[in-house]
Amino acid sequence: MIVKREKLTFWERLYLPALLGGFKITGSHLVDTLFRGNNVAKQVSEGYYPEIPWTVGQNYRGAPYLVRDQEGHTKCVSCQLCEFVCPPKAIKITPPGPDGLTADRPNAEKMPLEFEINMLRCIFCGFCQEVCPEEAIFLQKDYSLTGLSRAEMIYDKEKLLSLGGTHAGIQKWKHKLEEAKEQDVFPVKS
Amino acid sequence: MEFLLISLIKVVAVFGAVLTMFAYAVLAERKISAWIQGRVGPNRTAPPLALKIPILGRLLQSWGVFQPMADGLKAFLKEDFTPNYVRKAYFWLAPAIAMVPAFLVLAVIPFGSKLGNEPMVIANLDVGILYTFGIISLGVYGIVLAGYASNSKYPFLGGIRSSAQMISYEIAMGMSVIPLFLIVGELNLSEVITWQAKNGWLILYSPISFMIFLIAAFAETNRLPFDLPESETELVGGYHTEYSSMKFALFFMGEYAAMIAASAMMVTLFFGGWTLPGLSEPAGSIAAGLLHIGIFVAKLLAFMVLFIWVRWMLPRFRYDQLMDLGWRRFIPLALANILVTAVVLWMKAK
Repeated sequence: MIVKREKLTFWERLYLPALLGGFKITGSHLVDTLFRGNNVAKQVSEGYYPEIPWTVGQNYRGAPYLVRDQEGHTKCVSCQLCEFVCPPKAIKITPPGPDGLTADRPNAEKMPLEFEINMLRCIFCGFCQEVCPEEAIFLQKDYSLTGLSRAEMIYDKEKLLSLGGTHAGIQKWKHKLEEAKEQDVFPVKS
Repeated sequence: MEFLLISLIKVVAVFGAVLTMFAYAVLAERKISAWIQGRVGPNRTAPPLALKIPILGRLLQSWGVFQPMADGLKAFLKEDFTPNYVRKAYFWLAPAIAMVPAFLVLAVIPFGSKLGNEPMVIANLDVGILYTFGIISLGVYGIVLAGYASNSKYPFLGGIRSSAQMISYEIAMGMSVIPLFLIVGELNLSEVITWQAKNGWLILYSPISFMIFLIAAFAETNRLPFDLPESETELVGGYHTEYSSMKFALFFMGEYAAMIAASAMMVTLFFGGWTLPGLSEPAGSIAAGLLHIGIFVAKLLAFMVLFIWVRWMLPRFRYDQLMDLGWRRFIPLALANILVTAVVLWMKAK
């Protein structure tokens, strides 16, 4: 579609009306902020950011952390899908190897020996959460990650698990586990 | 000997005043932009001792009064990084060349009437305005040199743009003030002020000159809406992309010093310098002398606020629009202005 451009009048072509309009609107904002205390910080809450932290929205994508299941077991099974999908290659997983660490929960064969997320590289895209078949990693509400060195910003498995906490909301294997346990009981319920 | 000593004192005083103004202009820029955008601006920095003062300490902190000190300290302490692909000698030279002309311009500006017996101008040149334009046009070399010396694409583009832009607007600017000197008949800036004290401010005689000069001043100082040499959105940082630490600070200082110089020029040429209606006699006492300096500084600060305000109001011009405005609008307008003024003066003289 061709947008028809309206011909400007001579007065408009002088730029002056636009200039005056600009002064008017920026000036009114300035007066608003300065004398009526009508600034963003005050509108959000009664105070400024560092003292009064920002409350994040419901679907906010913060830092990705590992979570434990309702029984406190590691959910990650070291499948390395998140490592593969991670666009900035922020995730680094060390698998346990053929005869290494076994999982600390039933229904899983292994768990990662080490799981590192470089928070300096992470772009908070949420692909890891999306791809995870075990629902073991979630983007949470943390938005202000700071550290004094680069090394400090590489979060290891222990740190990620402790920051992530338990996530009892999605209990993918609970049902299957109960079923399996029931199978062990004899005689089998029909 | 006495002349040297007094000149030295004036130079140091003006230099100090301009540096202070630079520091606080940066703060004003941040604060005003914040207010326009509904933010609060810098309100955190304060030395621990200052916070011990009851009430006032907190108040000064929330106004950001200590911010410039922290900024300056940071500029000094940052790593001064010279990329290994730059042309070293020019790379080091460019920031100085960008800064010096802006300060040199201030040498001929009369910033007050008299303090005791001493006229408040560093150099009372008879060709004041010619000197000013000669020096201002040197400012572009710093930027072009920075663009060339950086040996990298974005600064190079910034340098090229700035050379075209500044040369175009130099012409309009120079021609816009010719009517003033037709009217006044003097090139000495002190004489221009004396004339204005007698006959009223020159903006009343030649408002078109003022308009062209004002807009050309925006272009000359690389301020928005004409900040094409920097244009962060397209050229990263423009001519100073490769600069860091104090060398960057020098460019920054140059920009603000150029703003101060341009404001001082406008005050002197169009708004009667240190005079006000009813306050036009050279000062007899020290207090009156200080008052005159105060009036000059107040007018200058008003222009600085205008510079800052406009920056947060207008979007950047496109490059061809900039050239179009300069060559096809302002230069013919300035020429017509000269012609009309000359004809009117001729008619009057007859």
